[in-house]
Amino acid sequence: MSTDTLVDFDELLTRYEPVIGLETHVELGTASKMFCGCSTTFGAEPNTQTCPVCLGLPGSLPAANEAAIEATIRIGLALGCRIATWSRFARKNYFYPDIPKGFQTSQYDEPLCTAGHLDVEVDGEIYRVEIERVHLEEDTGKNLHVGGSTGRIHGADHSLVDYNRAGIPLVEIVTRPVPGAGAKAPEVARAYVTELREILLALGVSEVRMEQGNLRCDVNTSLAPTGSLEWGTRTETKNVNSLRSVERSVRFEMRRQAAVLDAGERVVQETRHFHEDTGSTSPGRSKEEATDYRYFPEPDLVPIAPDEEWVEKLRVALPELPAARRVRLQQEWGISPTEMAWLVNAGAVELVSDTVAAGASPGDARKWWLGDLARRANDAGTDLGELAISPAQVAELIGLVSAGTINDQLARQALDGVLAGEGDPAAVVEARGLAVMGESDELVAAVDAAIEGNPDVAEKVRGGKVQAIGALVGAVMKTTRGKADAATVKRMLEERLVSS
Amino acid sequence: MSTPSPKGRLTRDEVAHLAHLSRLACSDEELELFAGQLAAVLDAVAQVGKADVADVAPTTHAVPMTNVMRPDVARPSLPRDAVLAGAPAAEDDRFRVPRILGEEA
Repeated sequence: MSTDTLVDFDELLTRYEPVIGLETHVELGTASKMFCGCSTTFGAEPNTQTCPVCLGLPGSLPAANEAAIEATIRIGLALGCRIATWSRFARKNYFYPDIPKGFQTSQYDEPLCTAGHLDVEVDGEIYRVEIERVHLEEDTGKNLHVGGSTGRIHGADHSLVDYNRAGIPLVEIVTRPVPGAGAKAPEVARAYVTELREILLALGVSEVRMEQGNLRCDVNTSLAPTGSLEWGTRTETKNVNSLRSVERSVRFEMRRQAAVLDAGERVVQETRHFHEDTGSTSPGRSKEEATDYRYFPEPDLVPIAPDEEWVEKLRVALPELPAARRVRLQQEWGISPTEMAWLVNAGAVELVSDTVAAGASPGDARKWWLGDLARRANDAGTDLGELAISPAQVAELIGLVSAGTINDQLARQALDGVLAGEGDPAAVVEARGLAVMGESDELVAAVDAAIEGNPDVAEKVRGGKVQAIGALVGAVMKTTRGKADAATVKRMLEERLVSS
Repeated sequence: MSTPSPKGRLTRDEVAHLAHLSRLACSDEELELFAGQLAAVLDAVAQVGKADVADVAPTTHAVPMTNVMRPDVARPSLPRDAVLAGAPAAEDDRFRVPRILGEEA
């Protein structure tokens, strides 16, 4: 897809400074839509969750969802924002088939929350991301492009629209530009979205499943020559739908823009699309025309004026936020700040916490999530939380290892089974026959065969070179395909070779 | 957005721009005609500006109400047949619309 010239990442940093910015859309987990009573259930049959209001039929009137407004204020409070005492909805006018009214009900110059911040940590360093605004709007319908070979717009001869999603409450969180992150800019962008996601989860305002589109990121990136007083022209990359992609998209845009600037050309201010498969971006809709939205205050909705009493009621009811929670968990689990940072960067804090809650020890839970599971997520190119295994299943797996039913090697095979959808760990162990062998006839035979097959080694052990026994243990493990317990095998070998 | 003309008089270019945003195809003759007609409408509305409102606070609503909200309760939606009956064209239980122009992906 990409024919762009790219500059080496480390090399570009010797000449250019990046500035990043993020616009994050969060679909709230309310039961009903923003301005009408239609259900918001994901995955319903097309166009079964619509009504005159969300279809924009003449004469219909919106009514604001109280839970959505409270959720927005709570997000603002969690991000240290100022909560407006006077806020209004506005019409954002544009023609596109996914917006049946001809405008999106959004907020313009009077958003619910402004001027907050979120501190994120990358490699032990804190970066403050300033929040410009948090506002409330409605989601759009879903277009399906028909006729093109790939389902994309290009080559499609018509489109099909499902309005189930139109009108679902959507919160937009906009950062101020973040300069000064240098080489860490891609990771700061990812850390910001990771931390924001944790906060939204803690608040319980959204499912925040990126693969279902509950959380969608537009990532702005620009480059300027090092030391320049002015920032460069930014591009806005859309369709960035995983934490990993947030980081990759910034890295790609930095490398692409560096090549453009090196060639003496100008970066075009435009919307670009991110491609998961290649990790590249390509130009999208030109921004020139699209920005003329002719906003005006929504006449069908009265202003929202949160008074102090209402805001305080929401503030005192906020849950423990992730930053404070991490400090507490770090102490409870007895780990260092660095070890905690690893968990945060891997997006594993809540997964480990849930695994511990399901009965595993903190050490075991960390070992599996940061070890085998992190490796598999990386191989599959997904985020840890999107693996097809739940914290409860990981805890069950750990329990089977602790009980001696399986060892670590067998547990990895059980993991394969769980990830392949074969069921819970105990069921997979049963179905695949993975349990560790006891001191069975089969094992006795394997031990005897190892001694017979390696007379030289056996002689060394008999002669007092006890460490040589490892080779015999290895031989038994090989014949039993890892199903034997190494400690048991070692004891059985010693009984036969070492006179007490 | 194109810049407003001096004295706030609506120009033909502005009408062309608005027509494009509204996805309306207008001929050159129509643009001239509408520019004149719309300018007359704006002039008529502008007479409101003559009113003395020095001690009247700006408002967007006729009634001084705030925080009108509904509880977050899901209610039945329209039957899909009824919904799609209002569509100019439907296919696979969805609204069928012409190819979307001006975008590549």
